[in-house]
Amino acid sequence: MPARSGVVAALRDAFLSALVALGLFGAMIGLKTAVGPTSLVLVPRPWAVAITVGVVFAGRLGLLAWRAWRPAGTPSPRQVVAFGRRAGHSVAPLLLIFALTLPAYAGRYWLDLGILVLTYIMLGWGLNIVVGLAGLLDLGYVAFYAVGAYSYALLATNFDLGFWTCLPLAGLLAACWGIMLGFPVLRLRGDYLAIVTLAFGEIIRIVLLNWVSLTNGPNGISGIPRPTLFGLTFSMDGGPGSVADFFGVEPAITQRVAFLYYVILGLALLTNWVSLRLRRLPLGRAWEALREDEVACRALGINVTTTKLTAFAMGACFGGFAGAFFATRQAFISPESFNFMESAIVLAIVVLGGLGSQLGVALAAVVMIGGTEIFRDFAEYRMLIFGGALVVMMILRPRGLVSSRTPSVSLGAHKQISAELIAQGRG
Amino acid sequence: MAPAPLLPPSLLEVRDLSMRFGGLTAVDTLSFVARAGEITAVIGPNGAGKTTVFNCITGFYRPTTGALALTPPAGGTLLLERMPGHRIARHARVARTFQNIRLFAGMTVLENLLVAQHNTLMPSVVNGLLAVIGLGGHARAERAAIDRACFWLEAVNLLARADDPAGALPYGAQRRLEIARAMCTSPVLLCLDEPAAGLNPRESDELSVLLRRIRDGAAGEAGCSILLIEHDMGVVMRISDHIVVLDHGRKISDGTPAEVRADPTVIAAYLGEGDEAEESVA
Repeated sequence: MPARSGVVAALRDAFLSALVALGLFGAMIGLKTAVGPTSLVLVPRPWAVAITVGVVFAGRLGLLAWRAWRPAGTPSPRQVVAFGRRAGHSVAPLLLIFALTLPAYAGRYWLDLGILVLTYIMLGWGLNIVVGLAGLLDLGYVAFYAVGAYSYALLATNFDLGFWTCLPLAGLLAACWGIMLGFPVLRLRGDYLAIVTLAFGEIIRIVLLNWVSLTNGPNGISGIPRPTLFGLTFSMDGGPGSVADFFGVEPAITQRVAFLYYVILGLALLTNWVSLRLRRLPLGRAWEALREDEVACRALGINVTTTKLTAFAMGACFGGFAGAFFATRQAFISPESFNFMESAIVLAIVVLGGLGSQLGVALAAVVMIGGTEIFRDFAEYRMLIFGGALVVMMILRPRGLVSSRTPSVSLGAHKQISAELIAQGRG
Repeated sequence: MAPAPLLPPSLLEVRDLSMRFGGLTAVDTLSFVARAGEITAVIGPNGAGKTTVFNCITGFYRPTTGALALTPPAGGTLLLERMPGHRIARHARVARTFQNIRLFAGMTVLENLLVAQHNTLMPSVVNGLLAVIGLGGHARAERAAIDRACFWLEAVNLLARADDPAGALPYGAQRRLEIARAMCTSPVLLCLDEPAAGLNPRESDELSVLLRRIRDGAAGEAGCSILLIEHDMGVVMRISDHIVVLDHGRKISDGTPAEVRADPTVIAAYLGEGDEAEESVA
């Protein structure tokens, strides 16, 4: 009986897996060191081992069973793409509605988390212009975030300017730095570009750290003013000129948090709108063409220099906006907040989301930032879970969550372009 | 043989062009003239320096010595050896295709042709940024650009595949698309680097018809002179008005197809000394 022998084989397979697990985890999980009266003692934990081995046995059996009884016809790539597109059409509006209504039912903790996630979504979308569209690998994106944050902090504390005046200035200054970074690296490609941008990010951080007379060095800048709603402050005393006084409600900290939440939501949506719009315009198309083939761009009369510089400047500008927001939200900034880890996280969000995909980047930011936050209770295991998830992603979807490309213009129906055809840019 | 009584005006004059890479002289004091409204073919054995000449003309290399003078129909003279690559395409209006096809594979056929019209659609960066908030008459320009793209897609018989990614087209179609893309930049001189390579005989015939049509101009399109590198002698002899033969970076022959075909130095270069088999050259 083939079915019966199959079951026996599966059981044997699962048993062997469990045996391997026992060998591996027996000592690692089964023994715990504890401080005894005179020295360290080993405390046996047989139940933990039993549970681990049991999970491996059941998991292996389940996997084999699924392999044996799954439906014969696996869905074709075309069906998967069509399903993805249908899902994509409904996911984006649902996410937007969820984001818009979150302050209505979420508490302080969830709003703070929302602000954090949205900040990274905005950074991801900004970097997506440089990396995803123009194909220029930028490892120093945090530099523009820092320029934006310090621009606002210094302008506000030294010249008494408000958030809404400084926001465009911060973006503009960051864009200038984007162009200044762009000039020397124009001739570099791929790995070399990545190294120089990485160095640029570090240079900015080290300058901020050591230029004590201007930036107050490692002590940072504190007392950065909060944003106002058409001149109304969110002060807790509810005095004249505050939001609570104007609307005749009790002052509450959630009002300010909700306001900040909507500010960053607005900024993120602005970033998204501008990138989506640019993609359909000659400038955005030139960026994508640059990613596909720089030599052909030159042969068609496209000025590669200005095209690259605009990509750097545009990405940097949104980084600067996000930086100014970060400064006003924290009310305190120091160079510590702008280390390489931030650049790496933002780049990971873009790569995980799928180069050039707006929805993918948003989902990746939610998963990465929200995920690390939710798994906070797991302490150091968090990074293990995170690393494991990244490995699984790279195996299952090496080109990111949303890897297909929607054409910017078409005569008939839009057809998705699959990832295999799309170049990833050589810098 | 007497030259034609009234030669068309010269479009591109190559004077004493030399290109050295270290100790290697790829092109050695080469001079020839490509005339307006003609198809000029540059032929020669592999490694003769044909593509190097193209790279000098289109600004990818800066020639070691020599001058490249372009006299566009509008008048004036442009010295190409002093212009950066993208300005040659934009202001001198010299377009080119590549020996190994260089399309934007992840973009659709239509997008490829719109990227080619980048400078018409976006005269300056400020203009490009104003278009984000809907200023600068971009919508009208884009409609005109799509019409122009459709015109050339029709001409190369690819209109039905306008929304397909360029990388998914068959090889012959990719070659035709690259020509259409170059033509969308409204060039006065089109440089084609082995356009018939890898095409079957029927596709080569279609290519000949297309190139003649580009030279003569049709349906409101001005004619465009063509500079052609090609190994397919059938195509070269059928459509060229004028042939320049290179060997080891030097010009060994220059004239009409009939003159070149009969030139003993050409036969020697292609087949080795002392071989009289003329048909093989043709």
